Amino acid sequence: MPVTTIAGRDVHVDEEGFLTVYDEWDEDLAKQLAAQIGIDLTDAHWKAIRFLRDDYRTKGETATLRRVTVVGGIPTKELFTLFPKKPAKKMAYIAGLPKPHGCV
Amino acid sequence: MRRLLVLGAGTAGTMVVNKLRRRLDKEEWQITVVDQSDRHFYQPGYLFVPFGVYSAEEIVKPRQRFIPDGVDLVRGEVDRVAPGGNEVLLADGRRLPYDYLVIATGVGPQPDQTPGLLDGGQWRKSIFDFYTFDGAVALAKAMEGFDNGRLVVHIVDMPIKCPVAPLEFTFLADAYFRQRGMRDRVELTYVTPLPGAFTKPIASKRLGSMLDERKIAVETDFLVERVDDKTLVSYDEREIPFDLLVTVPLNMGAEYVARSGLGNELNLVPVDKHTLLAKAYPNIFALGDASDIPASKAGSVAHFSVEVFTENFLRHVRDEPMTGSFDGHANCFVESGDGKALLIDFNYDTEPLPGRYPLPGVGPFSLLKESEVNHWGKLAFRWMYWNLLLPGRPIPLPAHMSMAGKHPEE
Ligand SMILES: Cc1cc2nc3c(=O)[nH]c(=O)nc-3n(C[C@H](O)[C@H](O)[C@H](O)COP(=O)(O)OP(=O)(O)OC[C@H]3O[C@@H](n4cnc5c(N)ncnc54)[C@H](O)[C@@H]3O)c2cc1C
Repeated sequence: MPVTTIAGRDVHVDEEGFLTVYDEWDEDLAKQLAAQIGIDLTDAHWKAIRFLRDDYRTKGETATLRRVTVVGGIPTKELFTLFPKKPAKKMAYIAGLPKPHGCV
Repeated sequence: MRRLLVLGAGTAGTMVVNKLRRRLDKEEWQITVVDQSDRHFYQPGYLFVPFGVYSAEEIVKPRQRFIPDGVDLVRGEVDRVAPGGNEVLLADGRRLPYDYLVIATGVGPQPDQTPGLLDGGQWRKSIFDFYTFDGAVALAKAMEGFDNGRLVVHIVDMPIKCPVAPLEFTFLADAYFRQRGMRDRVELTYVTPLPGAFTKPIASKRLGSMLDERKIAVETDFLVERVDDKTLVSYDEREIPFDLLVTVPLNMGAEYVARSGLGNELNLVPVDKHTLLAKAYPNIFALGDASDIPASKAGSVAHFSVEVFTENFLRHVRDEPMTGSFDGHANCFVESGDGKALLIDFNYDTEPLPGRYPLPGVGPFSLLKESEVNHWGKLAFRWMYWNLLLPGRPIPLPAHMSMAGKHPEE
């Protein structure tokens, strides 16, 4: 796995730049990751990101959009506003989690 | 007596009771299987019904015919599982206790989950699905009466059973209109929530260019929010108007799974993906489409996983560790029209690749490539399903995926 430097720290990422080690993430890093894809994190963004982090810790998998809506209680429409175009992918990227595989 | 209770006598449930009845001592084990309907539907046949290929009789048979002697088939609707009390409640009040439970109630289309699908006034008028028997029959009429305009084929969200079925429908529709000499009067659009034609990159590229060659427009990353009369509207406010919509509604597991606290947000049972044992209970398994394993929801997956499950189960009930490990093996024919089909063979770790199957270099089937022989294989599968697969007879295909015959470099 390639290593890259973000916010002055070395982190492991995959070919697309998604973090691969759960514990290498923290909230400062999230701000940097978000900035890289043009997103300024507000409280509403944090609610989604924290849900993803917590859910991953118990389930071992990145939540799908539907799961963030049904279990996390954030309407899909809002997720599209917060993380335009590709919310599932963008949320995972900022939360330092693997790309949701969702679909097979 | 020890009791094995199987919920659902579809593809997976029927195979399981046939296999296990032969392997579990009749003096020691009682096997019961519950289903709400007394007819068994060959679901892969639904794809062909809209094009007038199969009659109803060819794809529906009495369920009892596939249940072996020594297994009780109970007709009833499961209302809930009480995992604490090791008991299942049926909607009519009957109670069925178990020592081991297998959940095999599959998934079904839920059009009510998308505003405007069922309740927008167009359902079964200009909006159809082919994921139910009735839907496929109704769609056959609509296809016959369609003589020009916009036909949109659409998937609400993944995962769905047989993820290639909507693509196959699109290819078959293209061929069907060509044969009727009216292809130039039909605008065909394929609308998917995925970033491409299929879930895995190499197959997605191949299938994507097949759509291009057939002049089928593709709208990707389209997550539908609602249907406004005869227009699909996505969460990011794209609009796709249609004259005839063939949609695959959200696929969800049975309601009782949610009521019993056994499911995730799609009512799928979380299991270990190699043993199919429920994460929450050591005496509950989920087989076939009902589980949350990251594999295609397909009859072939059910078949390969049941092979692994059977041996594991025999060990598990003796308190021995389960040594078999399911690899997510799927093997799906993809109809492409004009009497041809592709074949894809893959698992959790390996995406569909070109090559030959099952014998390297020989086939007779070609992987990721159109051929007539593949199409014959697809049609032959119906006979295999009724006569070999459901009765749990040996099929000369290994349960685990093999790299032999595949060409990763192409
Ligand atoms: C259009 C279409 C095309 C397909 N094409 C292919 C293909 O080409 N190749 C392939 O391999 N697969 C294909 N499949 C997928 C395949 O049919 C399924 O993956 C397979 O049938 C899954 O088996 P299962 O036992 O998990 O579920 P099912 O076979 O669906 O069985 C579930 C059973 O549970 C019963 N049930 C549900 N809820 C309850 C309840 N509450 N109480 C009592 N009983 C209940 C149902 O009546 C049903 O009999 C296709 C599916 C569709 C819809």
